[in-house]
Amino acid sequence: MRWTLWVPLLLFAFFVGLAGYQLSQPKDEFIHSTMIGKPLPEFELKPASSALPGVSTADFRDGKPKLLNIWASWCLPCIAEAPHLEALREAGVEIVGVAIRDKQQDVDRFLETHGNPYSRIGADDISAIQLEIGSSGVPETFVIDGQGIIRHQHIGDVRAENVPELIEKLREAGQ
Amino acid sequence: MSAELGLAALWMAAALAVLQLAGGAIAQRDPYAPLAALVRPAAMLQGFLALFSFGMLLWVFAITDLSVKLVAANSHSMKPMIFKLSGAWGNHEGSMLLWVTVMALAGALIAWIEKRLPEKTMQATLAAQGFVALGFYAFLLLSSNPFERLPVPVPEGNGLNPLLQDIGLAFHPPTLYMGYVGLSVAFSFAVGALVTRQVTPEFARVMRPWVLGAWVFLTMGITAGSYWAYYELGWGGWWFWDPVENASLMPWLAATALLHSASVLAARDALRAWTIMLGVVAFSMSMLGTFLVRSGILTSVHAFAVDPERGSFILALLTIYIGGALLLFALRASTVSEGQRFAATSREGALVFNNVMLSAILGIVLLGTLYPLLTEAFDVRVSVGPPYFNPVGAIFTIPMLLVMAVGPLLRWREDDIERVRAPIAIFIALIVTTALFTVLAKSDIGILPLLGLAVAVGLGVASFMPLRGRNILRVPLATWGMVLAHFGVAVSLLGMASESAFTKEKLVAVAPGGTTELGGFRITLEGVEPVAGPNWTAMEARISAQRGEGKLHVLTPQSRSFWAPAQETTESALLTRWDGQLYAVVGNQADDGRWQLRLWWKPLVTLIWFGGLLICLGGTLAIIGRLVGDLRRRHADRREAEEREEMAALRADASTPAANGEIV
Repeated sequence: MRWTLWVPLLLFAFFVGLAGYQLSQPKDEFIHSTMIGKPLPEFELKPASSALPGVSTADFRDGKPKLLNIWASWCLPCIAEAPHLEALREAGVEIVGVAIRDKQQDVDRFLETHGNPYSRIGADDISAIQLEIGSSGVPETFVIDGQGIIRHQHIGDVRAENVPELIEKLREAGQ
Repeated sequence: MSAELGLAALWMAAALAVLQLAGGAIAQRDPYAPLAALVRPAAMLQGFLALFSFGMLLWVFAITDLSVKLVAANSHSMKPMIFKLSGAWGNHEGSMLLWVTVMALAGALIAWIEKRLPEKTMQATLAAQGFVALGFYAFLLLSSNPFERLPVPVPEGNGLNPLLQDIGLAFHPPTLYMGYVGLSVAFSFAVGALVTRQVTPEFARVMRPWVLGAWVFLTMGITAGSYWAYYELGWGGWWFWDPVENASLMPWLAATALLHSASVLAARDALRAWTIMLGVVAFSMSMLGTFLVRSGILTSVHAFAVDPERGSFILALLTIYIGGALLLFALRASTVSEGQRFAATSREGALVFNNVMLSAILGIVLLGTLYPLLTEAFDVRVSVGPPYFNPVGAIFTIPMLLVMAVGPLLRWREDDIERVRAPIAIFIALIVTTALFTVLAKSDIGILPLLGLAVAVGLGVASFMPLRGRNILRVPLATWGMVLAHFGVAVSLLGMASESAFTKEKLVAVAPGGTTELGGFRITLEGVEPVAGPNWTAMEARISAQRGEGKLHVLTPQSRSFWAPAQETTESALLTRWDGQLYAVVGNQADDGRWQLRLWWKPLVTLIWFGGLLICLGGTLAIIGRLVGDLRRRHADRREAEEREEMAALRADASTPAANGEIV
């Protein structure tokens, strides 16, 4: 009967092995937009800040690829990505912002504190446009080509290593 | 500054846990080593420092110090104070700190007052307790520092998940942690007893209040969590076999088994190895629950603070503690002698049967919970739900409930079934009659609800049978506790069976002013209006419900939108009557102006949670009864020792009168 005393330990070892294997497996937690390759939906957003104009679909059809950045002043990772968006702007990239469920004075304060890489910012008070383009959180950044077609989705904050990536995607979108 | 003080206290507490572990280990070789004497003081000081650290965390949340990362991520200056405070433990780091604090306080308490066990066993126990705490300190300090500062303070916090802004939920995690910690103490005692091979009735008596306490808190946590899911999520259900619900159920099942086997060990000195095994399993289940929730390894509605790195850390802790304890068990259990024997028809026999049934149910829940993990290794995604858990669980639950009705009537060691023939006959008659009447009333009833109803009625009556023929006033509190807890199980079962057998559901679109009927109620949608709260706006429906010519009741379910962070929730509205609940949820407005209403009439559903409360009350009575008994016994022991000393002194006086210099 002595060997039975080892059964619990063996069962447990099996569990640890299984759990360890599963933990080491990459797991996709992201919700990818199904709108990639499709044109932007029609929308017209009022200005979210006192300094910049609002955003409409027509702004994306001027032949020049742009970034569409979904963000909010209340979002912490948005602060983290602010310097990298600034780097993108310095590299000549046009960034259009959509502020989610925000207030004008908060947006103004955010831009004052963390810099303003945007050419225009629209206010999406009920996440309507966000959901339509298939974004499920803030921040997310989309590459939109010159015809207003969504080319690429970047989920989460833009980090230093993403800057050249996004410039490359924009270049591809411009060809 | 407060954050730094909190962090410093945490480091010091960790250092003391090392001292506790080292001292306890050295004491096993040399009980008179200087370090051995430090084990108890170290445990007490460690408890104080952990409490101080948690106090500092509460403080930075209370003043919304937005330079602390955790506060910035989980709080908001506009939140009511109670939710600011509960935000301190409504996240991964804070809840881990709460856990380790409660654990350190429990360690301090046993170091302070527990003197019944041999000192060597106590030192081994406290060393185990320090070892477990050390893992949690390492986890906090190395990978989940709750006091981490942001390089730049943020202007406003990121809110608390609006789903968690609920008074019930503010207290749900602390309750569960109290339970988990009680089990960690039981685990440490088990390890201590195994190390010194002192698996005695005294060990069971010392461990029992902790198991009982843990069990009461777990019951409370599960009951509250189930009720929360019922009214907050707006799905109308009260149990979903979600991995995290299972994670809270599994330690409860193990604790229930442990509680009963500890009683056998305390009263009859039997089931030694089995009790130790259950002590290890119960704590393993609480660690496993934590692992499943925090690692995100299983997809669950509860998955919060999900992070594979944390998962790896908890898995490592799990491997060290549980693997270590099971290894110790495999090596030592054969040297722990079997204990007293007993006949199959006896109180012990019934308890062993129920222990086996509880373990089987535990195994079934464990298998169902981990099965998706197993199949995912072969790239098959499955979800295991009620069609598996309900019938397979019932196979073992029903026999367990039947034996539970009879077991308390049996005598210890050996009994004759003939002696309890009358109560058994009553019990069976009740079950058969209830089943017959139920089938007559509702012929299309499912087999499980039918069995549930019948057994619930039988068990409800049978749970009071241990009181028959006894002077009610002289029945010990612990027996009252057992009676109430068993009755609570019957009450809860009645609620579950009735809810699943007789619930009526309706999904309707109603224009304002329109009326519908359900479960004997005339339900009218009076209107829908926007309302605003401190950090949300909502569409609130005013619904009036009237039964016959009775009083008119108003229900106001809401569909809420929170703005920080943006999230939609449904607030269901409940009308509670003695015989059930009317449950209303408001949905979206259709294009024609009508509103979607989802209505349920759930007969006797409240009994589910009322039964849970009865179980808690029973457990509490049992704890009080045991503690009072222990105090009395301690008092009597002291008296006896004093008397013996006096007698010895007298005898010494009598035998050597000259020594006192007295002249006879």
